[in-house]
Amino acid sequence: MDEALLEQEFQARIDADERVEPRDWMPEGYRKTLVRQMAQHAHSEIIGMQPEGNWITRAPSLRRKAILLAKVQDEAGHGLYLYSAAETLGVDRDELLDKLHTGRQKYSTIFNYPTVTWADVAAIGWLVDGAAIMNQVPLTRCSYGPYARAMTRVCKEESFHQRQGFEAMTVLAQGTPAQRRMAQDALDRWWWPSLMMFGPNDDASPNSAQSMRWGIKRFSNDELRQRFVDITVPQAEFLGLTVPDPDLRWDEESGHYRFGEIDWTEFQAVMRGDGPCNRQRLARRVAAHEEGAWVREAAAAYAAKRAAREEAAA
Amino acid sequence: MTQPLWEVFVRSRRGLAHTHAGSLHAPDAHMALRNARDLYTRRQEGVSIWVVRASDVVASSPDEKDAFFDPAGDKPYRHPTFYEVPAGVENL
Repeated sequence: MDEALLEQEFQARIDADERVEPRDWMPEGYRKTLVRQMAQHAHSEIIGMQPEGNWITRAPSLRRKAILLAKVQDEAGHGLYLYSAAETLGVDRDELLDKLHTGRQKYSTIFNYPTVTWADVAAIGWLVDGAAIMNQVPLTRCSYGPYARAMTRVCKEESFHQRQGFEAMTVLAQGTPAQRRMAQDALDRWWWPSLMMFGPNDDASPNSAQSMRWGIKRFSNDELRQRFVDITVPQAEFLGLTVPDPDLRWDEESGHYRFGEIDWTEFQAVMRGDGPCNRQRLARRVAAHEEGAWVREAAAAYAAKRAAREEAAA
Repeated sequence: MTQPLWEVFVRSRRGLAHTHAGSLHAPDAHMALRNARDLYTRRQEGVSIWVVRASDVVASSPDEKDAFFDPAGDKPYRHPTFYEVPAGVENL
């Protein structure tokens, strides 16, 4: 069959809202886009363990510590679901990790910001995981089956992440004046980076249209960002905290909040590698991988020894 | 040094069949089972796990999909809805 006909069949399947499965024919561009997006998504989950992992030993109570441990474990799990889904497209996991470690594949810019107080852990759960859920829920209906199934699993687990963050934020917001200041300070620092998580404005996002046609993307960056602002502002009001945007106002006519311009030069800088923690995050990841090499080698040696013993006994 | 890939199947509770959950890398079956427990049953999603080496799975090819599944295509009489039940007849 010639390429054009295959492509027609492929697009017809997507237009009929059917899923594409690993061994189906697919355009090379579709495969490449998915590998890049899923790898970046997996890397974000893995790097995302660091900002919060930073607070495990200093969580304010045993309850918070157990919750934070479970959450960081989940992030590791989410990374593994996504690497596993990416591998169905014929890429090798070691190759993906290598690309992360050498900076050839990216992860979300949000994880290049530091967690300087305990309130940052709360703010990450509430805002960063909140924004992630907004982005991820439509992906459960993504045209590529393995990605959609991985995202279903991720989304189920993610809602606990957001709730625990909001709960921790509530405790601080209703606490002493010092705790309230800490909560406000965290909101001040995480608000704009969270809005940037939805990516560039629609008019500056050239690949979006193709991703939409391929059923990888269901809603535009600006649509999802607007939805996030609309649901999050009332939550900030409940907490008695102020969203750090002087232009933020309720627009009766459209039924949406209007908000100020995002500072895209900051986004670009963090993307380039000049965020507050880029070097530290990557160095930590590479060190963890290298320091774990002996475990992988020992496991392989043990497996080989057992296999040899079983063969001898047979 | 890539470890082999394992497909993971989880029985969510007694009475149900094992269902494909995903895959993971592990040096041997023993480690694959332990990793599968940590990765796919962190919230009591399973009471039993199977792991199978991905390279041992034999699959039908999507290219031959039409020809392969064709034989069942023209046999609607295998479904009960094919048959007309006369009015007034019950328990059929």
